[in-house]
Amino acid sequence: MANTYTLIASSTVGLLGAASIDFTSIPSTYTDLLLKVSARDSTAASRGAFSIRFNGSSAFNYSMKELRDVDGTASSTGVTGQSEIDGGRTVGTTATASTFGNVEIYVPNYAGSTAKSASIDNVLENNSTTYYSNLTAGLWSLTNAITQVTLTCTGSFVQYSTAYLYGIKNS
Amino acid sequence: MTTAIEINCTTGELTERELTAAESAQREADAKAAADQKTADDKAAADKAAKRLAVYAKLGLTADEIAALAD
Repeated sequence: MANTYTLIASSTVGLLGAASIDFTSIPSTYTDLLLKVSARDSTAASRGAFSIRFNGSSAFNYSMKELRDVDGTASSTGVTGQSEIDGGRTVGTTATASTFGNVEIYVPNYAGSTAKSASIDNVLENNSTTYYSNLTAGLWSLTNAITQVTLTCTGSFVQYSTAYLYGIKNS
Repeated sequence: MTTAIEINCTTGELTERELTAAESAQREADAKAAADQKTADDKAAADKAAKRLAVYAKLGLTADEIAALAD
């Protein structure tokens, strides 16, 4: 059980927006990683996709199981051979102004030598009848230690989107 | 200009830079893949809804009864 949380790095998107947020040179001195993201997407829709890659890899080594609720309709899916982990959705520009989507990504044993799993929960704030929530169990089948986490969305992350990366030790 | 934010977690250095050509190409590929997936998902949802309506029609349900089932 994790009992320490250390902020490794954080970023707040500026006025110009950002197509990606990239945490590089992540030290291997922790047991697990935790990312907390608050994001809004420049895409002209109520929602935009939110994706995660490890070590800059876009090879088809990611798989995931997802359980989601889209505007009141529940569904689930499982896919393999993906080029990224689907981290859920962010809020797009047609959603309620100044609302953001929240994503939490937990990566246990990120520096180990086995395949890497990621537990993701995601909820969109919207203050309307359209909403979205998502739980994802993701897997990166490569065994490299994770030293880089890249976050992307459909368009660009808009101003005031934030990402915090925490290192967690179990002792 | 499309920018990327890069945070070096060892040095703490934060850099805002333009996407590289490879990153731009990947971004375009991701967008196409997402659009293709959305098209497929929308079609699957429409097909499912059409099948459901066909079953309701066979059962002779009223609009109110169909709405009650959807709740």
